[in-house]
Amino acid sequence: MSSVAIPRGGLTSVRIRVRLGTVVPLVIVLLVVIAAIAPGILTHRNPDAINLEQTLLPPSFSHLLGTDDAGRDQLTRVIYGARESLGIGLGATGLAMSIAILLGFAAGLARGVVDLVISRILEVAFAFPVLLLALLLIAIRGPSLTTEIVAVGIGSAPGYARMVRGQVLNVRQAAYIEAAGALGHSRWAVTRRHLFPNAMRPLVAMITLGVGQSIVWASGLSFLGLGVAPPSPEWGALLDSGRLYVTTQWWLEVMPGLVIVLVALSVTSLGRTLQHRLEGAAR
Amino acid sequence: MRASRRILVKVAGAIFVLVAAASVTFFAQLLVPGSRATVILNQQNGRAQQWTPAQLAPVNREFGFSRPLIVQYLDYVGGLFRGDLGTSYTQYRPVTQVIGAELTPSLVLTVAALITAWVLTLAMTLLTVKRGRIVSAIGSTWEALTASLPTYWLGVVLLVVFAVEIRIFPVIGGTSPLGTVLPVLTLAIPLAGFLGQVTRDEFEEVLDQPFVTTARTRGMSDTRVRLVHALRHSVLPAITLSGWALGALVSGAVIVENVFGRPGIGQVLVNAVNTRDVPTVSGIVLVVAAVYVVANLLVDLAYAAVDPRLRAA
Repeated sequence: MSSVAIPRGGLTSVRIRVRLGTVVPLVIVLLVVIAAIAPGILTHRNPDAINLEQTLLPPSFSHLLGTDDAGRDQLTRVIYGARESLGIGLGATGLAMSIAILLGFAAGLARGVVDLVISRILEVAFAFPVLLLALLLIAIRGPSLTTEIVAVGIGSAPGYARMVRGQVLNVRQAAYIEAAGALGHSRWAVTRRHLFPNAMRPLVAMITLGVGQSIVWASGLSFLGLGVAPPSPEWGALLDSGRLYVTTQWWLEVMPGLVIVLVALSVTSLGRTLQHRLEGAAR
Repeated sequence: MRASRRILVKVAGAIFVLVAAASVTFFAQLLVPGSRATVILNQQNGRAQQWTPAQLAPVNREFGFSRPLIVQYLDYVGGLFRGDLGTSYTQYRPVTQVIGAELTPSLVLTVAALITAWVLTLAMTLLTVKRGRIVSAIGSTWEALTASLPTYWLGVVLLVVFAVEIRIFPVIGGTSPLGTVLPVLTLAIPLAGFLGQVTRDEFEEVLDQPFVTTARTRGMSDTRVRLVHALRHSVLPAITLSGWALGALVSGAVIVENVFGRPGIGQVLVNAVNTRDVPTVSGIVLVVAAVYVVANLLVDLAYAAVDPRLRAA
């Protein structure tokens, strides 16, 4: 990975070609964002409207995802749940990335003892699987929205930190960094103007991938009944309340799960596309 | 001589990681809101309130919280080497007893899932890599799709399809062999997708290597080339990842055990988190960390066995 040319223009220079594999995930993600910002655009129904005459209905044209045990339209609940789920995903990824960038850059730039200490810390952190670390935090602080975000964020931080560190070390060796140093630019200027932007570029894709992953982790916690609690339409909470009906009204459990899967797949695939484009741009 | 030194260094590193992990869980326990004695009393009485020092004193005495922190810490870390993980806040008995019997079904599940995932990965790799555009595309799409399936959803889908709609497997299978099939598949399918992606890239690359062409010109059949040369090279990264995968599998097992109502540490863990039984949660986390560390140690050693270059180094 010894890149000589300094890519200019950053993201704007990335040409977007239209492909089905890109468009479908893009549309799904766009729908989720709209649902999170203004759910009223996508549905005229009220997510909390109880209708005891229409409980546990299977999927049909009037209720595409069926109705739950209180007769609430499941699709409407999924749409209204987007805000919380996406919020958790963004919050957790933001936290994880902040920690990762701090540790990764400190280790990559300082090297020596600092790098050794941070690398050891990361090695220890890797011994804790994300879910278990999250559960430990929840056991200590009690289940809540904040705990869930912090738990998923801290849990996934070590993985990103290692990638950031590798990225910094990688970019440091690039010929253009050496050239900038040889031209007499100060270390600070080289770090700020060349190293930082180039090391950060792949992180854009990683953040995208991270949001998808965080949504999946967080829903897992809610599924176990240890995250956001059921009256909320958060996607994991929908899974939690659907568990009772797995053997009788399977759609209450399978459909919200399918939404999570589709969103996660879309976000992941967009992240991959972005990754390829950015790598292409860096070459 | 060199090999034994290398192993020694690795073992020392593993012990360091475990002691550090134990330190993390010990100090994490101090972060409970209020004090540890408050958590215990609240849990015991089912409410959240302040307790007078006189009420907290007996609890502090019983659990040894009144001792100097450094003594508690050394006692906790030292206890690990004696096979002592502390005392449960809710059950008033050693954490090792609480976990004890539940560990076996979870280990059976994880190991079975790892083996199944490997079988699936090898089958997919041998059958679909570089077998024409369509077959290869089906293979890689399948892997990309399955690799990102969350266990809680896949488990539910398998349960609905193969236990509720088509009644092949029991809905609640306990630890019976028939009841273990769906939980194992739930864990193995996404892992196989992940390992498959890694192996596929390697395998494709190896098949383009000059030594493969040489083998072919010597008249070696395609099947033999794949089995003898390509496979051996392409499984290396996936072997390295298997150590990590074991950690991920345990996380998955926690969820899968809850989906299928299967006994194991998953149920104990969720129960302990719900009742704020921090020592039990810490204990399980440490056991899992130990499994992860030991597995990675074994992977390091297995790596040397598969790759002769590493034996000399």
